[in-house]
Amino acid sequence: MKRTVSLVLAAILILGMAFAVTACSKKEQTPTPQQTDTTKKVLKVGSETTYPPFESSSANGQYDGFDMDLIRAIGAAEGYEVQIQSLGFDALIPAVNAGKIDCAISAMTINDERKQSVDFSDPYFNAGLIIAVAENDTTIKSLDDLKGKRLAAEVGTTGKAASDAVKAKDPKTTVKTFDSVGEAFMELEKGGVDAVINDRPVTDYYVKNAEKGKVKMVGEEFSIDAQYGIPVKKGNTAIIKVINDGLAKIKANGEYQKIYDKWFGAAK
Amino acid sequence: MPVASFHIISGNIIDSMMGIRGLQVVSTHMMYFLGGAVLTLEITVLSILIGMALGLVAALSKISGLKPLVWLATVYIDFFRGTPLFVQILLIYFGVLPMILPDSSNFTAAVIACSLNSGAYVAEIVRAGIQAVDRGQMEAARSLGMSNRQAMWHVILPQAYKIVIPPLINEFIAVLKDTSLVAVIAAEELTLRGKLLYSTTFEAAWIWGTVAMIYFIMTKTLSVLGDWVERRLANE
Repeated sequence: MKRTVSLVLAAILILGMAFAVTACSKKEQTPTPQQTDTTKKVLKVGSETTYPPFESSSANGQYDGFDMDLIRAIGAAEGYEVQIQSLGFDALIPAVNAGKIDCAISAMTINDERKQSVDFSDPYFNAGLIIAVAENDTTIKSLDDLKGKRLAAEVGTTGKAASDAVKAKDPKTTVKTFDSVGEAFMELEKGGVDAVINDRPVTDYYVKNAEKGKVKMVGEEFSIDAQYGIPVKKGNTAIIKVINDGLAKIKANGEYQKIYDKWFGAAK
Repeated sequence: MPVASFHIISGNIIDSMMGIRGLQVVSTHMMYFLGGAVLTLEITVLSILIGMALGLVAALSKISGLKPLVWLATVYIDFFRGTPLFVQILLIYFGVLPMILPDSSNFTAAVIACSLNSGAYVAEIVRAGIQAVDRGQMEAARSLGMSNRQAMWHVILPQAYKIVIPPLINEFIAVLKDTSLVAVIAAEELTLRGKLLYSTTFEAAWIWGTVAMIYFIMTKTLSVLGDWVERRLANE
């Protein structure tokens, strides 16, 4: 009996080691930019992939969305193979700076604070902020009405900065910060906060889909600064040039418009 | 060396140190960090107290031999030890609490999740402690005419108590560190405060270094306290 048990254990161990070895060798085979220079260059892109319709992951594990299609089109135009990996929004800039990824595309608004740490491509999207409240809310109609209320936003976003600006005017305001905007909307839906400040296109998507009938948008679109850009490591002019060239090409040949219509055509 | 020149040198060092942006960010936000640490401690202390009560009840239920009690305690312990605390926090905050306590805050949810989780671990520690007490002790107490309950309360538990102190301290330290997970439901404890500051300044090394140091000071204090309690009990 004892012998059978130890034999089984040994077999499991050997199988495990075999797996480990194949896994390692597979890892070594994944193309790095230097190795594939002769065939196809690789553009490593990071994104916080829970921000539909800009980025989301579909059931089959593919990354979908406006940003995803856009960066793939830019890569294709410039002869790059685009590899996308999912990271936390607040981890994107550090990952770019550490050289773990070449650039990030994640509905990131270009602002001075971020420009201190990274360089941005040309802007590729205009997006203002909008307030979302519960469907039955009648007290909040504009930014001024938010004073003293409970707000939610995603960490590191311009919506969070706008929420903090409200709090600066009235310290009674509370701001709850979540890792992704989906959780902020859940909080709004369950009555934990009175309003969510977030990028208009994304809030629009939530109001029309996941939060349909529970959440509505109020007031005018507003912004602190409202253009999305693609951050790269400071001084990495080579990648900036690739991205800007690619962006210009797909804007000229109509592909940008096609992607835009695919994700926002119905909404606008 | 004349005192004056020493001052000039040390002044220069301090000046050049203050030129480091990360250090500036960290030093101007020290009260902000400590405020987060206070919330971390509040959640930890409450969770430890509630978790100990829960754990004791669950452990006694499990060894009671009463079928429904054993079954309940086993389900509770298995569930909370067998699923990630991270998932439990999300489940309790967004899933369970809105149904039973619609107005509960994220602080309440954090304490409930950490308490329930810790209680399951404490239950196993206490059960192991009770079972580690020599069988003869129970037999001797029973032969002196004590009831099962009296023997448990007056003879077994006081001895088990000493055995469980070291693993319990370990568990308290784990609870303190695990409270960092409640950042996900926007409870602004130490980790979330680090994250918030980092999302606007990107000074990763300085900010996470400071956060780690504050956690370390808190856990070290706990383990020193634990050592002291252990030594006092050993001398008793």
